Amino acid sequence: MPTTQLQVNNLSCIRDDRTLFTGINFSLHPGQALLLEGKNGSGKTSLLRILCGFREADSGEILWCNRSIEDSSYYTDMAYVGHLDGIKKELTVLENLKFAMALSGSSTYSITEALSRVQLSGYEDALLQTLSAGQKRRLSLARLLITQKKFWILDEPFTSLDKHGIALIETLMIAHCQSGGMIVLTSHHNVNLNGINLQRISLS
Amino acid sequence: MPSLSQSFFAIIQRDLLLALRKRSELINPLLFFILVITLFPLGIGAKPQLLQSIAPGIIWVSALLAAMLSLDNLFRSDFDDGSLEQIILSPYPTSLLILAKIIAHWLVTGLPLLLMAPLLAVFLGMSTAAINILLVTLLLGTPVLSLIGAIGVALTVGLRRGGMILSLLVLPLYVPVLIFASNAVEMASSGLPVMAQLNILTAILFMSLTLAPWPTAAALKMSINQ
Repeated sequence: MPTTQLQVNNLSCIRDDRTLFTGINFSLHPGQALLLEGKNGSGKTSLLRILCGFREADSGEILWCNRSIEDSSYYTDMAYVGHLDGIKKELTVLENLKFAMALSGSSTYSITEALSRVQLSGYEDALLQTLSAGQKRRLSLARLLITQKKFWILDEPFTSLDKHGIALIETLMIAHCQSGGMIVLTSHHNVNLNGINLQRISLS
Repeated sequence: MPSLSQSFFAIIQRDLLLALRKRSELINPLLFFILVITLFPLGIGAKPQLLQSIAPGIIWVSALLAAMLSLDNLFRSDFDDGSLEQIILSPYPTSLLILAKIIAHWLVTGLPLLLMAPLLAVFLGMSTAAINILLVTLLLGTPVLSLIGAIGVALTVGLRRGGMILSLLVLPLYVPVLIFASNAVEMASSGLPVMAQLNILTAILFMSLTLAPWPTAAALKMSINQ
């Protein structure tokens, strides 16, 4: 039984003849989080999209449980929240979450519990277009809670959240890691993840 | 863990619900179809014989253009709001989930044309035998338009102005369907057997049903990688 872990070896990305990064190595074990730092355009999002399998790395490999991500249970175990929320503005909060559940499977939290944890209780039947940007963000993060994904990839999860929202998401991330989950995230804010094993990689 | 069929039907259900909420996408192609066909008799004048003989062509060309018009909606909103990324990240085969989207697209844009066609065929003076065959060809042909069109949309969805390229890509592939379908209806109106044309249309339908989702999924993966 291989242990659940993400292993990234010698990853590099070249975009339009510009080397964004080379020789990225890290490994991530249950309970750990990785914070990618770097200025705008340093390749944080590109690295995350390579981790998602959207882009091919120009060299290097990504292993999930010691196997390549294509022939492992990677896509059953990972969830991605990117710049785009991935939720439909014509649907209600509940319809969006039900769809997310149907795509990736259900889980520890019910929809009601997940909504109360991101403090969106009472908005079940609200159309997404009536929600504020921060509320939409919280909903796209609620999608992580209703699915049983071990590995979260979060691209700027704190965008458009207020102080209170940021603290809330940090609590959720700490809880996720403490229950054996893994997170890779990028952020411009100072991330306050006390009590969990946080690695940092700086792209420059 | 939900099964593949649950995800498949969830996508169809979601897309139908979205079509209901955004009615213009549902109505526009149908309205275009009706308008073009009703304008033809006005343009041609009082020549019922001529109208009757070109009716299959008129209906099929209009159906084809109406399908073209609706194609861009197939992946546009999912591409713009990131839903497509989430669908691709699902553990299930992307091609099958995309097939669900194509089926929903046909239910929203192809099926209404099929339901409206008999009325318009009567309006153009087609015989009952010809109308029956027209319906069969539309039933076999319009799903092909959605399936083949999906490949083109998937390739162009990442482009800012993909409309022109889309029609150049897709229209040549629509030509066989147009030829066999309108030929079948024409034959039927003169009382000739049409089995051969219908067989070929059925073959085209099954071929695109099995082959189109794969290149579509691959092209979508390319399109989001930008």
